[in-house]
This record gives sequence, structure tokens and C-alpha cells, in this order.
Amino acid sequence: MAKAMTRHDTQFLPLSFTLNGRLQELDVEPHELLLDVVRDRLGLTGAKRSCDVQVCGACTLLVDGRPVSACTTLAFEVRDRSVLTIEGLAENGKLHPLQQAFIEHGGFQCGFCTPGMILAAKALLDENPTPSEAELKHFMHGNICRCTGYKKIIESIMAAAKTMRGSS
Amino acid sequence: MLRRFRLEEPGSVAEASELLGRFGESAKLYAGGTELLLAMKEGLVHYERLINIKKLRNLSEVGEKDGVISIGALCTHHELETSTLLQQKLPALHKLEQNVANVRVRQCGTLGGNLCFAEPHADPGTLLMALDAKFVAEKSSGKREITAEDFFVDAYETSLQSDELLTEIRVPVPAQHHRSAYLKFGYLERPSVGVAVAFNLNGEGLMDVKIAVGCAGPAPRRVAEAEAVLNGRSKEDAAASLPQAGAVAGHASQAMSDLHGSQEYKEHIVGVLLKRAFQSAAG
Repeated sequence: MAKAMTRHDTQFLPLSFTLNGRLQELDVEPHELLLDVVRDRLGLTGAKRSCDVQVCGACTLLVDGRPVSACTTLAFEVRDRSVLTIEGLAENGKLHPLQQAFIEHGGFQCGFCTPGMILAAKALLDENPTPSEAELKHFMHGNICRCTGYKKIIESIMAAAKTMRGSS
Repeated sequence: MLRRFRLEEPGSVAEASELLGRFGESAKLYAGGTELLLAMKEGLVHYERLINIKKLRNLSEVGEKDGVISIGALCTHHELETSTLLQQKLPALHKLEQNVANVRVRQCGTLGGNLCFAEPHADPGTLLMALDAKFVAEKSSGKREITAEDFFVDAYETSLQSDELLTEIRVPVPAQHHRSAYLKFGYLERPSVGVAVAFNLNGEGLMDVKIAVGCAGPAPRRVAEAEAVLNGRSKEDAAASLPQAGAVAGHASQAMSDLHGSQEYKEHIVGVLLKRAFQSAAG
């Protein structure tokens, strides 16, 4: 659709990357944002456009395991990298311990911040499997929730951390 | 949605500088984009070309040589917060980098980009001033060093020429009795007030006191008038003079009343942070 509406001298960048474990190949224009490519062109709407100024974390995606604001990342920047969205967390229908913990411990209400919350928590636990509460709060500082007051989110992440330590 | 632009990806500083010279104001350097892309999304600025300099790999290293810590301008805040060299040699800067914005901004945003965008509500420039940092500016025809104090001209304005790239931040390795601290305060998304303090502390007292204030005014600045209040004093005398130094630093901060607070409030906070930073540094 992009090609039909553009001029003959439009610059396209070939984008090849791993998305939730599978190779994706598409052409993007330099100005396309990762969030729009993931949501509108690839149909993965777990990541949300919320503040659009990378302070709230609702658009958090993991690129090579590290959290980025998809709303403020140019799509071509993920070339030759691996991208993880919330849709790619469960394996063969089995929920990730973080997803399970958020359900069991009431870590979400409206759910709008939840995909970003869980992905950020995954990056935290991959970097530091035994975070203190202070370390957890520092890492998760940029993920905002308007519903829960954060207590249940912290409990969910700590519970998931315990589960993940136990099974490794 | 961003407006369309063309992407240029030079392989060398000289090439990047040449592109800046050729395209002038219609082109902009682009690294992490954590500030630039926000301004472009808001429609505040538009560029026909973005010059992606992330392929210039030799600008992402932290090293020490001849008594100077060299920080590549393309180092991300995350690379700096995980640098053991920085933690050992410049602990105040290491701690500052751990607390820039949030984990996602730290992942992509670069120290060089932070300094060059010169957003008033930012942290590193203030501390780098108090640490006697020098910034290396390069273009096709050569390079020069700019002191941190001469680098910041105004809000969103540095003394870089239009075809220059900031490539390196150079900080002298502190002497053994050197102490420094940076504290910030804010309740909005960006810091509202930042104060950096540095000095040599030996048996005779405080020497070479450096005080810098940022975020409250349009650009960070050294406050020589407040430094003079503390310089040469014993630790106890200096501690007793902190209210006076704080008041001087507050007035010199060029605080502007805005959403972050009134001028008087920010000036007051400068004094509070100066006292706490001094206590943190002096022990």
C-alpha cells in the first residue's frame, strides 16, 4: 500500500529481522516507526501508542532482549535484530511465567499497560534474575500504570522471578 | 507519524561532516533519536535528510589514557551505566547515567546526542562542567576541543559549528582526594533542577571547588560566585557557608518560572541540592 502512494524516487530500505522467532522481510521507508510497522503492517496490536513521547512504556518492545520505545524507534533500526512482542512470549500455547504470575497475582486491571509491563519485566529478569524491590522499581520506573497502584505488579514480577529461578 | 525524510548513512566522520556542509539546515545528525524524533513527531522541526551516524563504530568506547577518561559521543546511557571503568574512575557520572530518563531512553539515547540537543532539562552537561570536561568537535578539516562551559550557549543551542560532529567527551581522571556529587530533583518526566559539586578535599580543606547548576535555566552553567564562597575553607567552615553559597547559586541559576516551578521555588531547590550534594561528596 505504501508503494502505490509514493513517488518514483521514494527511498525504501530492505528490512530483514526476526520477529517472535520467525524471519520477517519487508521494505520500509526511513520515516516509518517500529510501532506502526508492528501494529498496522504486521497486525500485532499488543504494543500500544499511549504517550507517544517514550515516557509511559505502553509501546515497549524487546529488541535483542532490551526494552525500547517502539513509538520513538525508526523501523529500519531493527534490521538484522530480533524483536519480541507480547504475542511472542507464550510458547506453544503455554503462558510465560510472567504472564501466569500477572494473572494469579492481579497484576493488571484494564490491561492497557500490561504488554509493555510484562516485556519490561522480562528484560529485567533476564538481566537480573534476583532483583531487590529497589532494583525492580528502578528498572520499571519508565512503565506507567493508571489502574493498579503498582503493588500487584511488583508482587507479580517477584513471584515470576521466584518461579523462573525455581525451574532453571 | 513522521513526515518523510531521506536517510544518509556515512561511514566516516569526514563523510558525515561533508553531508552536513552540503545539505545545511535541511539535514540533521541522528543517533539514538530520543530527543530528535520527539521534536519531529511534534512537528517542531523537519529535516529532509537524517544522517545516521551509528555506523561510526569507533565513537562508542570508554577508555583511559594519559590521565584522561575518553567517552565516545555515541556511547548510550546504558553503555555508560554498565561501564566498570566509569564506575571506578567517575562514580558520580556513572550514578548520573543510571538515572537518566528511563530504561528505554537509556538503551538508545547517546551521551553525545544528549549534550548536542541541549535540552535544558537534562543531567549530564551540568556534572561534566563541574568535572572540567572537554568536548571534541570534528569536521572534515580537523578537530578542536571545547570546554563544557563554552559548549552550552542557550536552550537547544551549542557552540558546535553547523558541519561539526561531537565525537568525544574527555574528563580528567580525578586526583585521589577529589570528591564529586550530582543531585537532581523533579516530579515531572524530566529533571527540574540539577546541581553538581566537585572539589579536592585534603587536610587543609576545600580546594578547586566547582559548582554547576542545570535544568532550572536555559543552559547549565558554572557558578564561580558560589565556588568563591566555599573555596579554601575547611570542611566545617564550608558546611557552615552552604546557605550563603546556595543562595548565590540559586540566583545565578537563571531559573525561569514554568511548569516545573516558580523561579523562587527553583532557586530554593538549588540551595537544598547544593547542601545535600556537598554533604554527599564531603562525607
